[in-house]
Amino acid sequence: MVLSYREALNQAMREEMRRDPRVFLIGEEVAYYQGAFKVSKGFIEEFGPRRVIDTPITEAGFTGLAIGAAMAGLRPIVELMTMNFGIVALDQIVNNAAKIRYMSGGQLSVPMVIRGPGSAAHQLAAQHSQSLEAWFCHVPGLKVIVPATPRDAKGLLKSAIRDPNPVIFIEAQLLYGTKGEVPEGEYTIPIGVAEVKRPGHAVTVVAYSKMLLLALEAAEHLSREGIEIEVIDPRTLKPLDLETIVTSVKKTGRLVIVEEGWRFCGLGAQIAESVYATAFDYLDAPIVRVTGADIPMPYSRPLEDAAIPDLPRVIEAVKSLC
Amino acid sequence: MDRTDLLSLYRQMLLIRRFEEKSAEMYALAKIAGFLHLYIGEEAVAVGTIAALRPDDYVISAYRDHGHCLARGSDPGKVMAELFGKATGLCKGKGGSMHLVDAEKSFMGGYAIVGGHLPLATGLAFASQYQSLDRVTVCFFGEGALPSGQAHEAFNLAALWKLPVIFVCENNRYGMGTPVERAVALYTDITETARSYGIAAEEMDGMDVLAVRSVMRRVVEQVRATGTPCFIEAKTYRFMGHSMADPAHGHYRTKEEVEAYRKRDPLLVLKQTMLDQNLAGEADFKQLEQEIGAVVAASIKFAEESPFPSPAELHQDVLME
Repeated sequence: MVLSYREALNQAMREEMRRDPRVFLIGEEVAYYQGAFKVSKGFIEEFGPRRVIDTPITEAGFTGLAIGAAMAGLRPIVELMTMNFGIVALDQIVNNAAKIRYMSGGQLSVPMVIRGPGSAAHQLAAQHSQSLEAWFCHVPGLKVIVPATPRDAKGLLKSAIRDPNPVIFIEAQLLYGTKGEVPEGEYTIPIGVAEVKRPGHAVTVVAYSKMLLLALEAAEHLSREGIEIEVIDPRTLKPLDLETIVTSVKKTGRLVIVEEGWRFCGLGAQIAESVYATAFDYLDAPIVRVTGADIPMPYSRPLEDAAIPDLPRVIEAVKSLC
Repeated sequence: MDRTDLLSLYRQMLLIRRFEEKSAEMYALAKIAGFLHLYIGEEAVAVGTIAALRPDDYVISAYRDHGHCLARGSDPGKVMAELFGKATGLCKGKGGSMHLVDAEKSFMGGYAIVGGHLPLATGLAFASQYQSLDRVTVCFFGEGALPSGQAHEAFNLAALWKLPVIFVCENNRYGMGTPVERAVALYTDITETARSYGIAAEEMDGMDVLAVRSVMRRVVEQVRATGTPCFIEAKTYRFMGHSMADPAHGHYRTKEEVEAYRKRDPLLVLKQTMLDQNLAGEADFKQLEQEIGAVVAASIKFAEESPFPSPAELHQDVLME
């Protein structure tokens, strides 16, 4: 069936809440407002205020509360209205959620999902347009998922909710309305498994979240010019499925990494390092990164466009290797 | 008053006192490293409060947590081994002094970012409410955490959602070296902070274990019955420095002040009560000293003889399989 990304997330949470009474949804405007981006539409009607909980605008407070509830055996889903607000809860996420299992020598665990949209939408300016996945990936004890398609979003969110660890699940505002084929009935997608979204042989392009759609668009254009690129979506950034990327690089000998986040210490730097360390001898050229600009996001549309990877830049990056 | 009962409270406080004195010695010998924050002087708060709890009630604390952990009934050998960083420690040597956890005793941990564990306490209490259990959660923290944003967010959620959590603020008058008067706006009555959120709040004499237990028994019963939060200020005092890095009084307070508070040493206060009421004699206290001395010596022996964690442990417990 064809579903929007938003509907896919809604189904994933709905199915898991029906399946497991320990699962509850907590966050700003998740109940009566139906979610700031309507991801939890209909939840308050089905599950009631005990399991669909509106919070005050205190991310540290309610994220910390959810961590405590997870320590006591519940399975919270924390919706951050946007991942930007996760910065306010970063002490809870980094110092508590990620470390409690290790610090306790394995006595405690924190099974929870922290989800919400990351990256830029349209002209939301600097404080609401950030791709912070590299921050979360840097912290041991967290898993980080960044689905791009409705099918992946549903299958991975269900896996994240069932996972016994804290999972950061990053969506994108501009993906919520996108549509795609989603399998009928029950399914999950394993965490930590990449997918070849389009086979090719000329260049491997790794891209995730919104940037996957850009990479696939570039693939169409390049194909018309006779250049067949292989597009890989890691889907999970941590743990990273390096094997799928390396297998492709061994075939193509060339790699472009597309990410929306800031270039310095960005995800692509890590992926490139991992590929260099594993498959250096198979590379015919240095790895090329297409990234967001290292600046606070400007408001003005032309400036914003210039700060985010776009089709010409992805095409140019691929061609620079051909 | 019952002799056995009072001796048991004394015994628990004495265990914390002698255990920590020995830890300080071990620190000087470099058997224990990192930060070591002693609870000496504040024992009545942990012992009196925890004596009012059921075994399944949650207890959570900050980084000055040895007293709470021992009062909860954790094995002193495992606690000492944790301070030594040994594989047999409560947390396999991965937590250390500031992060003791004993899940079997519902001791949910020590946390070392000031104010950061108050939201966790609301979450433990939330879980009890969600699961329709009549467990209460007791959250210990210092008055230094009181002005932090996370504390206020926790107070607001606890009051808003009527969570069965008891915030026990151990007001030992100093956040490291900064006196409460220079850190907390409402320092003359810090319980006002909680009342401003609609949380019932009262203060108690944190140097008198019987007073603490009496207040806490009433409060625990009330929170268990109503499911609503409560805030208690335990007026107490730390006899030692903030950590092993500073002397007992230092520049920020006078020797005379420390000596004056030592006259209200919680061990002395209880001992005097028992002597006054002929519930115990010097011989009883001597015997307790011997008994606790042996327990602490055994904890050191256990910690000394235990192995360090194997290198294979390094990557264990990061994620759950």
